[in-house]
Amino acid sequence: MVKIEEYIPIVGQSVIDDLKLLAERLKGKVIQHINSTSVGGGVAEILNRMVPLLRELGVDTRWDLIKGGGQFFEATKKIHNALHGRQEILTPRDFEIFMETSNSNIEEINISGDIVFVHDPQPIAMIKKKSGNKWIWRCHIDVSNPSQKAWVFLRDFIADYDAAVFSAPGFSQRLLPIRQFLISPSIDPLSDKNRELPQDEIGSVLKKYNIQRNKPIITQISRFDRLKDPIGVIEAYQKVKRYIDCQLILAGGAADDDPEGAKVLDEVKEKAKDDRDIHILLLPQNDIEINALQRASTIILQKSLKEGFGLTVSEALWKAKPVVASNVGGIPLQIKHKYSGLLCHSIDGAAFALKQLLNSPEYAKKLGENGREHVRNNFLLTRHLRDYLLLFLALDHELDIVYL
Amino acid sequence: MKELIKAKEPFRFYTRLHLSELTGLRATTLTQLLDIIKNVPGSCIYYHTHRFLQQHQYLSPEPPNDFAYWVADVLGEDELGEKLASIDTIQYSTIRALRDEIAATIEEYLNDNSLAKLKFSHPEDEFHFIKCVSFILPTNYVVSDLAEFTEVLKKITIDSIYFHIFEARLRLEKKTNDFSNWIETSIGDRELADRISGLDPYTRTLEDLRRTIIGIIEERFG
Repeated sequence: MVKIEEYIPIVGQSVIDDLKLLAERLKGKVIQHINSTSVGGGVAEILNRMVPLLRELGVDTRWDLIKGGGQFFEATKKIHNALHGRQEILTPRDFEIFMETSNSNIEEINISGDIVFVHDPQPIAMIKKKSGNKWIWRCHIDVSNPSQKAWVFLRDFIADYDAAVFSAPGFSQRLLPIRQFLISPSIDPLSDKNRELPQDEIGSVLKKYNIQRNKPIITQISRFDRLKDPIGVIEAYQKVKRYIDCQLILAGGAADDDPEGAKVLDEVKEKAKDDRDIHILLLPQNDIEINALQRASTIILQKSLKEGFGLTVSEALWKAKPVVASNVGGIPLQIKHKYSGLLCHSIDGAAFALKQLLNSPEYAKKLGENGREHVRNNFLLTRHLRDYLLLFLALDHELDIVYL
Repeated sequence: MKELIKAKEPFRFYTRLHLSELTGLRATTLTQLLDIIKNVPGSCIYYHTHRFLQQHQYLSPEPPNDFAYWVADVLGEDELGEKLASIDTIQYSTIRALRDEIAATIEEYLNDNSLAKLKFSHPEDEFHFIKCVSFILPTNYVVSDLAEFTEVLKKITIDSIYFHIFEARLRLEKKTNDFSNWIETSIGDRELADRISGLDPYTRTLEDLRRTIIGIIEERFG
């Protein structure tokens, strides 16, 4: 288990001192997280890291899980997709199933928190148990353009919370009658995906996948999903390749729960055809390999059409890599165009940015260095912890300036 | 080497941490931007004129505020962007006065460039108004002379430097910064206090500001 002191060499003693000062002000309060799973997915990943650190700081933190069967999670998956703006047919039966499972969770889960922190839509109905304590709803998904049917259903629950938290400004909702906070997610610099790696470890991963370092490497790490636009990535690479000899790595996990994934992968392979400089890597969940591929790359690309937040951008910037990424979701928070990376809106734009960086290594290096500092200040786990501690404290204060 | 003077009153370092609160207000045109700027809480103006100092503190010295960045980069109104970027923030001792200047600058530009009213941003590039909830709390660092002061100054967070230089000066409407105030009133070194308050903190990164202040003090006692 990672200890809070281990972050001192990365962020400095004083940042950790501030966390301790804030945690002292929460003495006596019980914080209770509720979500739907303890493993898999970004929410579980962050809670697995954060809950032990909060406890170590002296904040009494508990973590409960709701239970649900296959039908419940099918319904919540549909709601999730609809909130992302995808066309989903939500039937009255879906909402009935949602409420039946929610009601049994409401009966079974004991609420002990002075502050109850509910993550994402699955456990949202737990708010019915509110009685004198404070409740926060944490939305981890892109709700900038939600299906109205799904949103209206959830809004009635959200309105009973004391505050909602979103990951990007564009996800905030005009007509919500409660306070809304902006808290970005974070990466853990000590995790296998982000920690420093020795060169020989990087070299052995490249060897395993038969990748030479004799020409620049452009890499996109993402699932084989249309929203990540892997075909667009290949087209951008092909436009660059006409002028600069380079290679492309498209690497990502297999999406077992996504029937479209295999089809997209086939399309990607077809598009790549016989180009031996395109490496399509279907990786099992292996954080060290992802880390090594990112570190071996000349440029990291994230040409998504839609993103919840797009933390792969912060992962790349933390490794001081120049990044070209689409101007969607939380990506513009991570990249200020021309300062800490290059933003693009199209395949042509991505290709142009890639050529620019390949031809100007000094500029690319500067963007990467700026990006790493930007991540150090804004997207590491310690900042995320600090924001959560401040959020808990904010619930007791209405004013814009709070003296603690 | 000058003799160290024991301060009449010790100096306690504070820190100031902020949480971003979303207002749900957004602008796609300059006219909307202007209307909202005139009406949002001061903590909103503060957020958009000071956020860059902390979040992008490694970028010296640009870009100084969100309004300038959005107007130039999203709407393509470079001239107005430049005007907004060059507002001399340090001249304004209240957020009210700073807001009035920003609004007047946009208003005047719109009067002279009516076509600028027709420009609008893409939905994903809207300007989102965010306000800053500030938490001010004492740290455990307390110092009694300038040697101790510089030692702590070397290790405190940039948030603490920020609080004592910017927050004290502008948002809380103090006329000087806390460091100069303490050096003048408790140490009795007015010249040193003036040298520090004479720095323009808006054109430096916070790390550069830290180094410069330490340098000025060490030079005096070197």
